[in-house]
Amino acid sequence: MSLISRRPGLRVGLLLTPPMLWLGVAYLGALAALLVTSLWAQNDFTGNIERTWTLDNFRDLFTIEVYRTITLRTIGIATLVTVVDALLAFPIALFMAKVASPRYQRLLVIAVLMPLWASYLVKAYAWRGMLSSNGLVESIASPFGLGTPGYGLLATTMTLAYLWLPYMILPIYAGLERLPNSLFEASADLGAGSWTTLRRVVLPMVFPAFVAGSIFTFSLSMGDYIAVKIVGGTSQLLGNVVYDNQGAANNLPFAAAMATIPIVVMLAYLAAARRTGALEQL
Amino acid sequence: MRRTPSRGITVVAGAAVLLLGMAACGTDSGDDDKSGGDNPGSEGFTPPDVPMLESLGDPEGQVNILAWPGYAEDGSTDETVDWVTPFEEASGCQANVKPFGTSDEAVQLMKTGEYDVVSASGDATLRLIAAGDVAPVNTDLIENYADISPFLKDQGYNSVDGQMYGVPHGWGANLLMYDTETVSPAPTSWAAVFDDASQYAGKVTAYDSPIYIADAALYLMNTQPDLGIKDPYALDEDQLAAAVEVLKAQKENVSEYWSDYLKEIQAFKQGDTVIGTTWQVIASLAQSEGAPVEAFLPDEGSTGWSDTWMISSKSKNPNCAYAWMDYIASPDAQAQVAEWFGEAPANPKACDSVTDDTFCETYHVSDADYAAQIHYWTTPIEQCLDGRTDVKCTDYGDWTTAWTEIKG
Repeated sequence: MSLISRRPGLRVGLLLTPPMLWLGVAYLGALAALLVTSLWAQNDFTGNIERTWTLDNFRDLFTIEVYRTITLRTIGIATLVTVVDALLAFPIALFMAKVASPRYQRLLVIAVLMPLWASYLVKAYAWRGMLSSNGLVESIASPFGLGTPGYGLLATTMTLAYLWLPYMILPIYAGLERLPNSLFEASADLGAGSWTTLRRVVLPMVFPAFVAGSIFTFSLSMGDYIAVKIVGGTSQLLGNVVYDNQGAANNLPFAAAMATIPIVVMLAYLAAARRTGALEQL
Repeated sequence: MRRTPSRGITVVAGAAVLLLGMAACGTDSGDDDKSGGDNPGSEGFTPPDVPMLESLGDPEGQVNILAWPGYAEDGSTDETVDWVTPFEEASGCQANVKPFGTSDEAVQLMKTGEYDVVSASGDATLRLIAAGDVAPVNTDLIENYADISPFLKDQGYNSVDGQMYGVPHGWGANLLMYDTETVSPAPTSWAAVFDDASQYAGKVTAYDSPIYIADAALYLMNTQPDLGIKDPYALDEDQLAAAVEVLKAQKENVSEYWSDYLKEIQAFKQGDTVIGTTWQVIASLAQSEGAPVEAFLPDEGSTGWSDTWMISSKSKNPNCAYAWMDYIASPDAQAQVAEWFGEAPANPKACDSVTDDTFCETYHVSDADYAAQIHYWTTPIEQCLDGRTDVKCTDYGDWTTAWTEIKG
């Protein structure tokens, strides 16, 4: 005890060692092991991993066209989900932050958070039921001569946009809350209509909050493979290829190589987000 | 602060050392056993030397069972369907059952060493043997083994050089299931899910595994004899390409691929799927849940399975595992599994215990000729299984890649 109190360096060291070990070994270590694995080969027949260094996995990744298609499709879906969420989240967040009374504000925050308390699978299966050919969507849309979109990429986008919406609302709400009301008054005093105020004052100021929210919606969509299994019909995203290669074909090296794609995409995305100052909004 | 170059080098060197350290451990779960890996085939490889159990001892108290859905029912699916509880009572081994959806999944899970026994189909057995994941089985210790149909013993998919690697479980064919309300007239051929699939656009289903390519190959065997396919598991590059074309065309009409049998039942119940490949047990379950479906064996014949109970080479409960393999080969248990799953039992004595008198006739239980007509799931390998030597066949790795491409 006395040794620890006499040596502040030791104290800090003891305090920081467990979390740093966790971060270094369990987290970054696992990631590094994953990347190392991607440089190994697999015996197609026995499914055993052969520890010989090879770039074959990455060669396949770049030369076989289907993987390019899947990568682009995944990025497309993630982008679409992010845009849909941003469009849905902004009016809700604006109402919560600037219009609702404090009492309503609290209720709305709870309402937005509530879906997060339910299991991911329950929500995805609920969408499967709703989108089925005798489900809720069909019965609502049929009087208008429309039908359910069925299982596919559209259904996947809808489900993912629903699942990640709270992650977009909350940062935008926080960003809007920080905007002083006096800015709205100043803008009105200078003759700007509400539309101009929104466009010239509010949006530029909350843009970093949008980017912060998009980090969640984009990265969560990039890695998702369960929703697309449940409502995606025949479509597959990057996560499915990783899962199929790991879980089904037992080709861990190729799965690892595939898993580097979302990592690279997300690093690029984060680098771009950093330039907007969004990371300070998190 | 100025960073001296020497410090930068230290950091890089440190990282390199760390990386090399990683290389030594990595995330590899399997072992490095390569025996015969380069030259696989039922005759072409030497399985790793895994010891066989010589004599039975006291039961360990539990057994971890990896089974196809419907192979180890403990009453949780249907209260009246339960042959696991009697086993537990008689043997004193608690049975922990884990179902799997595809052979690939089974091979993958067996590598963890957490399961004692597995019901492996022919497209998994040789891979398990060659990888050293399963041990030879001492059939002398299994009382009921003697009663098993002779045409299922010492086969290329369950033995090596006369040494059995498991106990035959049963065999059957993949069926075509359709919704009787929307699909009419009733289909008779697999064409309903291939060339004529557009009639049911967006409502067709197919099995989500590379092994399903064999179904397309079997269809081509009948419709395009020019391709010269003799065995749907022995495809050269051109033949595989033709099968891939068939499946790509089919995909346009597929609503979803299934490997989770519960999802298939749900899709048929809700009408999202009206036609597609299935197993008898799925059809029976869907019917019992009120779905208007029928399942039948199309004119071309079908792909199918012949399953074997195998024991893990890393089994911690070998005595309970042997007890299970003996029990599941017994006439009573065989009768229950066969009737529930809808397949021919490996033990013909089960025919005395089944509730339906015509059952064994329907499933051709003792009919070796009929059994030979089904194209059992087999792992495709480089050496053509149909005996061709002038050409290299596509192996399972090629099939896996092709399957990803088909799904797009």
